[in-house]
Amino acid sequence: MAAVIPERLQEHHHGAHTGLMRWITTTNHKDIGTMYLIFSFVMFLAGGVMALTLRAELFQPGLQVVQPELFNQLTTLHGLVMVFGAIMPAFVGFANWMIPLMIGASDMAFARMNNWSFWLLPPAAILLIGSFFVPGGATAAGWTLYPPLSVQMGMGMDLAIFAVHIMGVSSIMGAINIVVTILNMRAPGMTMMKMPLFCWTWLITAYLLIAVMPVLAGAVTMLLTDRHFGTSFFNAAGGGDPVLYQHIFWFFGHPEVYIMILPAFGIVSQIIPTFARKPLFGYASMVYATSSIAILSFIVWAHHMFTTGMPAAGQLFFMYATMLIAVPTGVKVFNWVATMWRGSMTFETPMLFAVGFIFVFTMGGFTGLICAIAPVDIQIHDTYYVVAHFHYVLVAGSLFALFAGAYYWLPKWTGHMPDERIGKLHFWCSIVFFNVTFFPMHFLGLAGMPRRVPDYALQFADFNALATIGAFGFGLSQLIFLWAVIKCVRGGEKAAARSWESAEGLEWTVPSPAPHHTFEEAPVVR
Amino acid sequence: MTHALEKYFVPEPSIYPIFGSVALLLFGAGAVMWLHGIGPGPLVLFAGVAILVYMLFGWFGQVVRESEAGLYGKRVDKSFRWSMGWFIFSEVMFFAAFFGALFYVRVLSVPWLASGDNEALLWEGFTQAWPSAGPNPHADPFTPMGAWGIPALNTLILLTSGATLTWAHYALLRGDRARLKLGLFLTILLGVIFLGFQVYEYFHAYADLNLRLDSGIYGSTFFLLTGFHGLHVTIGAIMLTVMLFRTMAGHFQPDNHFAFEATAWYWHFVDVVWLMLFVVVYWL
Ligand code: HEM
Ligand SMILES: [Cu+2]
Repeated sequence: MAAVIPERLQEHHHGAHTGLMRWITTTNHKDIGTMYLIFSFVMFLAGGVMALTLRAELFQPGLQVVQPELFNQLTTLHGLVMVFGAIMPAFVGFANWMIPLMIGASDMAFARMNNWSFWLLPPAAILLIGSFFVPGGATAAGWTLYPPLSVQMGMGMDLAIFAVHIMGVSSIMGAINIVVTILNMRAPGMTMMKMPLFCWTWLITAYLLIAVMPVLAGAVTMLLTDRHFGTSFFNAAGGGDPVLYQHIFWFFGHPEVYIMILPAFGIVSQIIPTFARKPLFGYASMVYATSSIAILSFIVWAHHMFTTGMPAAGQLFFMYATMLIAVPTGVKVFNWVATMWRGSMTFETPMLFAVGFIFVFTMGGFTGLICAIAPVDIQIHDTYYVVAHFHYVLVAGSLFALFAGAYYWLPKWTGHMPDERIGKLHFWCSIVFFNVTFFPMHFLGLAGMPRRVPDYALQFADFNALATIGAFGFGLSQLIFLWAVIKCVRGGEKAAARSWESAEGLEWTVPSPAPHHTFEEAPVVR
Repeated sequence: MTHALEKYFVPEPSIYPIFGSVALLLFGAGAVMWLHGIGPGPLVLFAGVAILVYMLFGWFGQVVRESEAGLYGKRVDKSFRWSMGWFIFSEVMFFAAFFGALFYVRVLSVPWLASGDNEALLWEGFTQAWPSAGPNPHADPFTPMGAWGIPALNTLILLTSGATLTWAHYALLRGDRARLKLGLFLTILLGVIFLGFQVYEYFHAYADLNLRLDSGIYGSTFFLLTGFHGLHVTIGAIMLTVMLFRTMAGHFQPDNHFAFEATAWYWHFVDVVWLMLFVVVYWL
């Protein structure tokens, strides 16, 4: 059923720009996907350096490495860079590369706009990271940019606001592109319920993006006018309320965390069946679970605000609504496990990361449930317990799924199999050091260590030292990934079209590496 | 394998997106410099705007040419329909943030400030009322904007403009170019009159009512909601003007005119936002 254009046609493509201009002007989803992936990895390293600086400071009590002002700037930018610069663009990179291949489309629906979605990111990154060098430094209000702090800061804050606006424009255009591609560009016979789960999760993610990025834009716009034009949205003296910002922000923020995890669910759902050599268990229930997570994610936002003095009725509502999300999330975890049940499993690197994901992400889900219990959260809110929770879901969840996906599709991108030995080394270093870093944070949080502080009481010293050691180990482990990718790009065992023994899906019907243009004639799916 | 699916148009590499990126970079950097009084701020900002305008002209011009050359076909048309719908949905959510803020302050934060410990210890004597500039005792008093003068007139104007636009659309469907032009022209005219009235209303607010952007939360919500709406009317009017010029250049067929329809969707969306504004900002 593959309809691939012969090799000679791919080599010369029209409008032939070369060198840098090729990348600046490209309308090819594979080029753009590659740029997204490279950009996000660079941002990942930048955010990682910030994190390691934080951990270095926290190695011992007292102030050794950075002053509190810079510490807070680094905390803030670490969060913003990782969320908006690393995780989100990486998933968009996967979407760009894989969705057209998976649904048998010749490209994204709006190829030029796709280019712009990507090329808006570097300007945003320049504004954001450049803000370290302006008078007063970068914003230090935390990635959530809460007022009143964010109303008081210097021009670094304004740069962050404009950076968020630009990234928002990029995300909305990217999301519209993905929705339209999936709805309108599927090959004949590729019905919605035959679509690979990665496409489904991205469809729903894109819907979430379109729904909540504008809300974030509204929130930071109000910040901007409060800062410079005398409005009182977040100023009680004028009749506003700083807590209003939290409501608007988390109305965006909670769906945002699902934006960062749903595509990860999709990637894992592609990988587990391949290496368990069984079709995905409960495909339809996966689709419904994803949809219900998306809908529920709009009515749980105030679980981030249990300590703001909400009425008890509100606390109860948001507590139970939050716990409700655990149901569809559980459905997914059970389905993955059931897929593996009695499968004939092998543990190549992508599968290792996927199985690691299930283990460690699920722990993050459990700590999320604990945070969701309002009376408990009043104790642990804004402590290291929350830091542990969201790193379990974001690093071991989103990031591990990204690694799994990268190893899984590298053969399709490069034409070479990734080196299993290096990949496995990367996995084991990552998962061990990840837990060394973040597991102690649960104890720190339960013992009462607040987050976002450069110094702490002596009783927290041991676990902090341990976490710092783990963090440096984890950071260095990521260079192994770089090594694995570079090695794979430059050579290695030739990959077959179907690079993994029982991989299913249209993407495995085109040669590896995937030619520049694929599916110019749509394949027919039965 | 043969099948009936028509080939989907994938554009050549394009130089325009990078112009847009540079434009927004300059716009953002220039705005921040301006806000902090750094020399060439306005210059940088306007350079950004200029590049953006150039980019929009070039890019949309290219799209129009491709469309008129018949490159798009039914499938691309469908993509455009989906994308415009989703874009309008994103706009709805943008306004929802501001309507949500208005709801929050009217129903929650102002009453809270005027009750219990807040009233007893912090803001003595502050009573709950709307419009409110908040409990700040030094706040400048202002008169709120009434609903039944210009705003009511503006409601009528926008509703009429929705009707004239639909009239124009029917003319287009019948191939009646003269009425199409007239309808578009009337719609634009009504839009411009609306904007003129709004500018007048703002002057009136500042000069006579002492109602300003910094008049507490009432001023904040009033000006941001109506201001963003006005911005959207402006954008809509520009889009309509482009449609008028394209009509005069002979574009659009009864069975192929999605640009016109998209503009109409947008215009009706702006209309609906206004109705909600009229009810919750001016009237209630
Ligand atoms: C079973 C599902 C989950 C539940 C019940 C849950 C619950 C919670 C709760 C109640 C909090 C607030 C804790 C506090 O601040 O006191 C929280 C924080 C957070 N969660 Fe989750 N969560 C879940 C899954 C996720 C996922 C999948 C992600 C992202 C991939 C995520 C990312 C975050 C982040 C980033 C924060 C902290 C935000 C901040 O304050 O900076 N969570 N979660
Ligand atoms: Cu949440």
